[in-house]
Amino acid sequence: MEQLLDLLDFGPFFDHFDTILEGFWATIRLAAAAAVLSLIIGTVLAAFRVSPIPVLRAVGTVYVNVLRNTPLTLVLLMCSLGLNDTLALTFSSDANTSYYWWAVLGLSGYTGAFVGESLRSGINTVPLGQAEAARSIGLTFSQSLRMIILPQAFRAVIAPLGSVFIAMIKNTTVAIAASYAEIATQMKSLVDLPSFASGTIPLFIGVAVGFMILTLPAGFFSGWLAKRMAVAR
Amino acid sequence: MTREATVLFDAPGPRARARHRVLTAVSGLVLLGLIALLVMRLNDKGQFAKELWDPFLKADVWKNLILPGLWNTLKAAALASVLSLLFGVVFGLGRLSDHWWIRIPAGAVVEFFRAIPLLILIFLAFFLPNKISPVVAESPFGTFQRVLVDNFFSIFGVEINAGTIVVPAFAAVVFGLVMYNGSVLAEVVRAGVLSIPKGQSEAAYSIGLRKNGVMRLILLPQAVTVMMPAIVSQLVVVLKDTALGFIIAYAELLQAGFKQVPANYHNNIIQAGIVVGIIYIAINMSISRIATWLEARSRRSRKTAARTMGGDVGAPPAPGMSVAGGPGAA
Repeated sequence: MEQLLDLLDFGPFFDHFDTILEGFWATIRLAAAAAVLSLIIGTVLAAFRVSPIPVLRAVGTVYVNVLRNTPLTLVLLMCSLGLNDTLALTFSSDANTSYYWWAVLGLSGYTGAFVGESLRSGINTVPLGQAEAARSIGLTFSQSLRMIILPQAFRAVIAPLGSVFIAMIKNTTVAIAASYAEIATQMKSLVDLPSFASGTIPLFIGVAVGFMILTLPAGFFSGWLAKRMAVAR
Repeated sequence: MTREATVLFDAPGPRARARHRVLTAVSGLVLLGLIALLVMRLNDKGQFAKELWDPFLKADVWKNLILPGLWNTLKAAALASVLSLLFGVVFGLGRLSDHWWIRIPAGAVVEFFRAIPLLILIFLAFFLPNKISPVVAESPFGTFQRVLVDNFFSIFGVEINAGTIVVPAFAAVVFGLVMYNGSVLAEVVRAGVLSIPKGQSEAAYSIGLRKNGVMRLILLPQAVTVMMPAIVSQLVVVLKDTALGFIIAYAELLQAGFKQVPANYHNNIIQAGIVVGIIYIAINMSISRIATWLEARSRRSRKTAARTMGGDVGAPPAPGMSVAGGPGAA
């Protein structure tokens, strides 16, 4: 029985606590940068897909269909191995900085497609009658957009956007494929250490708890906000 | 679309149409410029060389590398889909149970597995048994461990040698996919059953059916129609996520097409990525097409009063949130 209790020894875990925190910090930096950039990409894409210009609509459709149906692993590998290494499109002479920005760009490009679709479906939930009513009381185009349509559209997309961003936080682990040292990379290097063998269970518990701290509150918060802001129709 | 009013834009008049034509031309030129830049860059790096593209025209490459990889991808996706559907039904209905001692553990399992990244779950199955089994083998549970692996886990290819368990990459990928997607499907099942109007179960109880009969004869048949599109589009997620097997060297499509082919043929990363990407996109878009068709069909049918759940290939529902989301949904 004593050997089994050794498996729950948190000693090695806390010995390497710095490495684990470093990994989570790298994950958070990736997620924060990707959140901002994917929101920008998604907004532009949604604007493309609802615009009256056929070329922009086609670009938006092709982009969304390609990125949504490609595995994220392939997207990130194409960014790191294809664009960075083969085509030498680097962000900086330092390899790690360059891989970081390619991971951010790959993850945001992928997440942006989902953000764009959520925003577009939010606009689609607003009934045409709202626009007609806005026009009939004499609001101009920009007024009706600003005061009638976008506020309703925005309130409808809180829950889907929350899901997309939480999925994105979890997807940061795939950046291990793009040579970016986030938590999954650190975890794998620790598991491979022979001296660490007995700390494997605590390591998995620690990483699981770390992700639950990141995702569960975000999920409950956006679920609560979506319900609170819901448009009664 | 250009000629009619949408919620954002009025039907265009003559001046707006002229403006749209100008903007179309400008954006078309910008797009062509970007494509030209990319093509020039590819050309600079010699990416149009014949020997880089040639491998994908050889029957050998398809027969020995890409098709076996595709087969492994489909195999993992198919097994994971079936098992996660089973997991989803059990835990989805478990969360709806009247007994708190079923409802709460089922809810905890579902929320836990939705909160953990899939890759971490795959790592869990791949590394953990291997690292802890030598210690367990020396404890009183050693024999129990060996019997369990020999008699049950061996059907998934798990092996035990002198007390050390080796989990094949295939089993690890399937484990991760089942736990994660099963939890997502559990939420889909729960939302599907909850979306059936309350009058249905009240009517069922009033004609004397028991709990089991209400669920089996009245609620589930209607819920299946409602949630079919959501289930089918979750299959796209399963198929895409098999690509994570690349990271633990499972010989699936990405490993075969994107690692083996470039390793053997002049490191043609870009070309391999494009070909493999097209294969994934073709398969996933056909599955999505089925989901859309199912959605349209069940929206037309009058077999259920509940609203069909979307088959949109969006992000899976986040932990702490219900699938149905939106106003009115539980």
